[in-house]
Order: sequence, then structure tokens, then C-alpha cells
Amino acid sequence: MIDLPPEGPTAVCISASPEETRALGEVMGRHVGAGDLIALIGELGSGKTVFVAGLAAGLGVDPTAHVSSPTFTIMHRYLGRLPLYHIDLYRIETPEALATLGLEEYLEGDGVAAIEWAEHGVRMLPKERLTVRLRQTGLETRTVELVPAGDRYRTLLRRMTSDLAAATRLLA
Amino acid sequence: MAHLTLGIETSCDETAAAVLMDGRQIRSSVIASQEALHAPFGGIVPELASRRHVEAVWPVVREALTRAGATLADVDGIAATAGPGLIGSLLVGLSFGKAVAYAIDIPLVGVNHLEGHLYAALLEHEDLIFPFTGLIASGGHTQLYLAEAQGQYRLLGRTRDDAAGEAFDKVAKFLGLGYPGGPLIEDRARKGDPDTIRFPRPLPQGGAYDFSFSGLKTAVVNYVRGARCEVRGAVGPGQALPKAGAASSAPTPTAFTLDPVLLADICAGFQEAVVDALVRVTLAAAKASASSRIVVAGGVACNGRLRSKLTQRAADERIEVYYPTPSLCTDNAAMIAAAGYPRLLRGERAPLSLNADADLDLGLM
Repeated sequence: MIDLPPEGPTAVCISASPEETRALGEVMGRHVGAGDLIALIGELGSGKTVFVAGLAAGLGVDPTAHVSSPTFTIMHRYLGRLPLYHIDLYRIETPEALATLGLEEYLEGDGVAAIEWAEHGVRMLPKERLTVRLRQTGLETRTVELVPAGDRYRTLLRRMTSDLAAATRLLA
Repeated sequence: MAHLTLGIETSCDETAAAVLMDGRQIRSSVIASQEALHAPFGGIVPELASRRHVEAVWPVVREALTRAGATLADVDGIAATAGPGLIGSLLVGLSFGKAVAYAIDIPLVGVNHLEGHLYAALLEHEDLIFPFTGLIASGGHTQLYLAEAQGQYRLLGRTRDDAAGEAFDKVAKFLGLGYPGGPLIEDRARKGDPDTIRFPRPLPQGGAYDFSFSGLKTAVVNYVRGARCEVRGAVGPGQALPKAGAASSAPTPTAFTLDPVLLADICAGFQEAVVDALVRVTLAAAKASASSRIVVAGGVACNGRLRSKLTQRAADERIEVYYPTPSLCTDNAAMIAAAGYPRLLRGERAPLSLNADADLDLGLM
């Protein structure tokens, strides 16, 4: 029996455009703290990198430092009020490959870790995290589901709920 | 006396070594590609890459020396890639180069991989001189530079999100074509019509010479999902999508079995959108900096459609475009040796403390 941290309650947001997805990320960026782990899950084109660009803006990262896809180099680092470690596991398909990357030093450290294609490392990542699940529902529309695992992330989600609602339409 | 430069390149998924004579003549160029190793994964697996570099680097260097009819004792200097790239991979080639340079007491210089790509064109075209506008487009990079002189590069623009080659790779993987995406998409595109499906050519706000390919990738995903909905006769989010006229009426057995004609048109339309963006921005940058020469390098420079369209459009502006031959467009060590040669000739010698830098900027070395 695995000892799982308490999950939920989940927040579901509807994003009508890449701009709204970015705005949701920006809200999160204003509330996250050192050591927070954000796991992004969603198909190609669902808006993961756009969400992280918003997260960076919310963290106060210089807007001229464009947040680009870290698929090639696995990790990009941006400096805001806290460091943002933007990690991409698209090309990491085995637990062995993940184990040798040395990601531990970026998790639970001095900054915020945002991991795209987190499902590729789901068993290796800390159980306590805030999962952001993006689903494409139309050409421009996405549902953005925020699933906290652990008290730390339940508190974080509660703290930003009203800001999220202001940024978009909060369903539940 | 002739100067022999040993080039070593391990920034990504190729282990490469080359012997260059007097900075121009390629005596040997050996590339151990990891394509077969990575193909099942649809891209490079960094951890696998660095392990393979460790196994391959000495055999590849030895093979390059043998083919050049030389031994280590004949080498006058070493040029090894110091960045940018995957840090684990970079370290293998650079550390190997430093160890050899120290052991036989010859100078080593660290070379920026992007400068190497530009030197691939200088290596082959004797009439190409500075200054020129340089576009480097590959799986990891899409950058535009004004190359003012050897070692002097000014960044004019770059991708805001995905690299051009990354867009080719991700779209090819999504379409079920395999890896690497560039040649596979170009092959399908030859059988298709680039005007049947018009994908967006997003040009980002602000930075005048920046690129953006993420939205295009999403547009292809949207189009295919819409086409599949139509094929299955299902009601989906596809009603606002352009008609997938060539789609087969038979239900598709798997998510990625597309009608070959439709697939060819998707590939042609996608390739045309990437090529249009690269051509338009590169030409605008060249005109603004009054360049009469353009260099296009990196794996995407192998693309035949890009070559023909850019050459033609540039000719209208009296701009000449230089491309390396395809074998020198993709990662190789001859270009690294070529970029290192003028510095070795000037007596430059990097300290043994020289480190690899995954994010190394061009122009700061």
C-alpha cells in the first residue's frame, strides 16, 4: 500500500484562449513559493509552454527573457523573485533515463520547478505536487484542471482560488 | 608546413571527429550517428546520448585520424565544441579533447557550436566573406545573426518557443512518421500540394526578427483532429476547421492512419508555413542590415523547399545565399575544426579549466 498524500479538492478552469491560459499561469506565479513543484500534463499543443510563460511572468521574470520550449536542453532556468526551473520530460521515456538526469537538485530547492510532460516521470517525482492537467476542448479552448496532492498544495490552491476565478471562469 | 586541426563535436546526438588541413581541406570527417538508437523514442534521449558518446569518442577520433593518414603526433591543434548543447554530451567531447591536448602538449580551443554551423558554409565557399546574415535552424536552435567578422556575431532574432527542427520532429512524431522529422516530412510533402491546407505563419509581436513555431504545431494537431472527426462522421470540435476534402470515407482503424493524399497535403502545407516564416524573416533581417550575403546552416538547411524558395526570393533582392552541402549542414566536426582553426593559428590556447556551457551564447567567447 502506497502512502499517498491527500488529494483535492480539484479546481477546474476554462480557458478560452492562449492568453487566458497564460493568465492562469501568471496567477500561479504570483502565489508559488520556494520548493514548489508544478507538474504539467497535456497533449501536444495543449498549452503547457504557454502556461509556464505565464508562471514566469507571475514570478517577475524579465519579459524580454522569452520562455521557449526546453525540449532540446531538458531544462531552462529563469530568474524572477525566485528561480524558475522549466523542465521538459518529452524525450525522457524510461525511469532509468530520468534517474540519471539529476533533477533532484532542482526539486524542493531554492526555486519553483515546472515540469512539462510530467507523466513521463510520474513515479519518480515527489508525490506531493500541484498537477496542472490541460485538455484541448476546441480550437482555442482548453480546460485547465489543478489537482493538489498534499496539504502544502491544497493550501496553495485555496490561496489562489479567487485570483484564478478573476482570471477566467472557475467552474468547480 | 601544413597545419592539421582535429575537430571534436559531441554537443547533441552525433559523435563526430574530423581532420582539417590548413583550415580548408577536409582530410576526414567521421560521424557516428545515434539516429537508430533514438528513433524508437522519437527524439534524442540525453542520458543515452552521453553514454554513447563515451563509448564512441575514441573510436571515432581514431577513425578520423586513420582516414586522414595521420596519427595524433601529426595534429597541431584541437578544436572541441564547448556549447551550447546537452551538458552531459558536451562534457564528453570537450574533456576528451582537453585530455589529448594536455597529454601530447598541443593547444586546444573551445568552439561555439553555432559558430561552427556558420563555418560549415565558409569552409566550402571560398568566395564567402564577412559580413553576412546567418540563419541557424536545427532541432535545438533557430537563431538569426549578423556575422560581422570572425568571432563577432550580433543576435538579430530567435525563436520564441519551439525550434524549427523541433517543430518538424514533433509534427512528424504526431503524424506517426517517425524520427528525424525533417526528411520524412519533406519526402511526404513532395507528393502533396502546399496550397491545399494553409496553416498560419505566426510572427511574434515585438522582436522584429523573431520566430514562433508552437502555434503552427498546434494548428497541425487541430487540423488532424478535425479531419479525423470528419472521417469518422463524428461531431467534434472540427466544424470550424477547413475541409479535409481528400480524406478517405472509410473509418480509420487507428488514430494516426490518415489518407496518404491528405497526409501529403498536411506535410506540404506545414513545410510551406515553416519555410515561409524562415524566408520572410531572414530576408527582412538581411535587408535591414544591408547584407548582400546570407548563410543558412543547421539541419533544417538540408530542406530542399527552403533552399529553392530562399535562393529565388533573395536573388530578387540581389542577395546571394550560401548553404553547406547537406552532410555539413547537420552536426559534424569539420565545421568545428574550421571555426577553431583561425584562433589556433593566432596562438590561442584555452586553459585546462575551460568548461562546457549548455547555454553558451554566440559572440561572448
